[in-house]
Order: sequence, then structure tokens, then C-alpha cells
Amino acid sequence: MSEQATLSQTALGGARYDAGIATIVEAPLQGMITLRGDLASAKVKNAATGVAGVDMPGQRQVNCVEQSGIAWMSPDELLVLCPYADVAANMAKMQKTLGKGHALAVNVSDARAMFHLGGTHARDVMAKLAPVDLRRDQFTPGMIRRTRMAQVAAAFWVDGDDRFSIICFRSQAQYVFDLLKIAAQPGSEVGHI
Amino acid sequence: MLILTCPMCGVTAEETEFHGGGEAHLKRFGPGSSEDEFEGYLFMRENPKGVHFERWRHANGCGKWFHAARCTTTLEVFGTYAAQTYEPPAEIKAVISDKRPGWRWREHS
Repeated sequence: MSEQATLSQTALGGARYDAGIATIVEAPLQGMITLRGDLASAKVKNAATGVAGVDMPGQRQVNCVEQSGIAWMSPDELLVLCPYADVAANMAKMQKTLGKGHALAVNVSDARAMFHLGGTHARDVMAKLAPVDLRRDQFTPGMIRRTRMAQVAAAFWVDGDDRFSIICFRSQAQYVFDLLKIAAQPGSEVGHI
Repeated sequence: MLILTCPMCGVTAEETEFHGGGEAHLKRFGPGSSEDEFEGYLFMRENPKGVHFERWRHANGCGKWFHAARCTTTLEVFGTYAAQTYEPPAEIKAVISDKRPGWRWREHS
């Protein structure tokens, strides 16, 4: 199998928006590997934790330190995050750990876009777009939620400073960026979160 | 609004995060079946006022299929359960019997 050619820039070239009630920044290239298999299997767990350097997350949880982490995506799927430059090496390492076990690891780095949403009204902005209870005591750091943002699928999590990391399909990056911009337009605070 | 809990990932969300998959527990009649059986499999659906069983997919979430038992008039959800079953589990039926005594749905009651 030949190595896939990699894209050298993000979908929107690092677009950002600061003029509204929250700050929207397109994240730099982020390595992402989809790992599917039996999450109870030691090989699958080791493949993920071995390259991410964090503990295996529980159901609907994410463990992420800077650019490396593991997100629980479904009962048989993990998203392994790592620096973009390390994806090829990490893929090889994961394949070796998985061995002949029934599992699948795929580099999806260039098929996804990632945004960071921050500022005091970040939760307001997210709550306008996703059918999720985003109150601070309900959506807490460490949780990841796969849902929809307006009309497209997305996954996001939040850190202790109300800074969201949002992952969507790369082909929908412009749509998601525009959505966030509209939801964050000046004077649009809801203030109920 | 219909609020469902996905039994596969545990998320509770409103219906726009899911996609309906039609009636639950249909038995397939394919080649070799009688015309009546095939017609029933293809076209004959329940359209109840009250207790109903449906398939749903957590389309914008974990992507898994599951079953839901709900009331079509009140949108009350009696329970959701795994897709890998041919008929409603006993505990779901017990919940329904508790809330809608005397209910019937196809051959189940």
C-alpha cells in the first residue's frame, strides 16, 4: 500500500474570527487516526494508548493533552489524536500492536477540520448550534459529544476554561466556520448558560 | 419533541440527532415465500394510536441502530433497547404494561 499524499495546509488556511462574542480559530493541522475494533481488547487499547500517551477514556469521554489524546467515539470506535507530523509513524506502531487482531486503523487527518472556540460566551455559541445541554454542570471537561451542528455532524469537547475543540468533516469546514461566525456575531449573547 | 436515549452510547438527545428507521421487528419474507407473506413484509405496517415499536439510528452520534418503544400520541418513550433482538424484551413490555394496561401491538401484549 502506498503512503497517501498529505495536504500541507488546513481547509481554511487557519481562518479566525475575533469580532464577535466568542473567538473562533481554525486549528493547525491535527493528526487523527480512527481506530475501530473491540474496545475491550487489550491490543486495541494498547494501540491507542501507546501512541497517544494518555489513559484509555471511558464511555463518551476524551483524554487530551495538547495535540495528543484519545476520544471515545462509539462503542467500537476511538479517535486517536497526535501531532500531524507523527501520524505515519504512529500508524505503523499501531498496526504492529494490533497485529492480526480484527481492528481497523485509518489516517483521517486530512479528512477532518478542527476549530477552537473560546471566550466567555463560547457555551452560548455552541448551545445555539447543537441540541446539547451545555450548562457547566451538565457538559463538563473530559466529556466528548458527537452530535450535529445545524445540518452537519460534529464532535466537540470543552476544557476547564470553556474553550471548545470542534471536529467536523473537512469538506464542511467552511460551513461550520460560517455557522460559528453567525452564532458569535456581536450582540448575540443569550446569557442563559 | 421526542427525546430518545441511545442504548449503545447512553446519550439522551432530541429526535433531530437521530434518524427514524421505520417499524421494528419485521420478519423478512424473501424468495420462496408466498405472495401474501411477501406483500405483508413489504407493505403492511402498523399505524397505531398509542404503543409503537420502531427502529432508530443515532445518525449524528455514535451511528448505531437501536429499538425504541414509545407512545405515538404522547411521545412518551417507554424504553430503548439493542437492535440485536427479534422481539421486545420482557422488561420493556413490563414498563408498557405498567403505563398502558391492556396494550397490544401485533402479536405482542
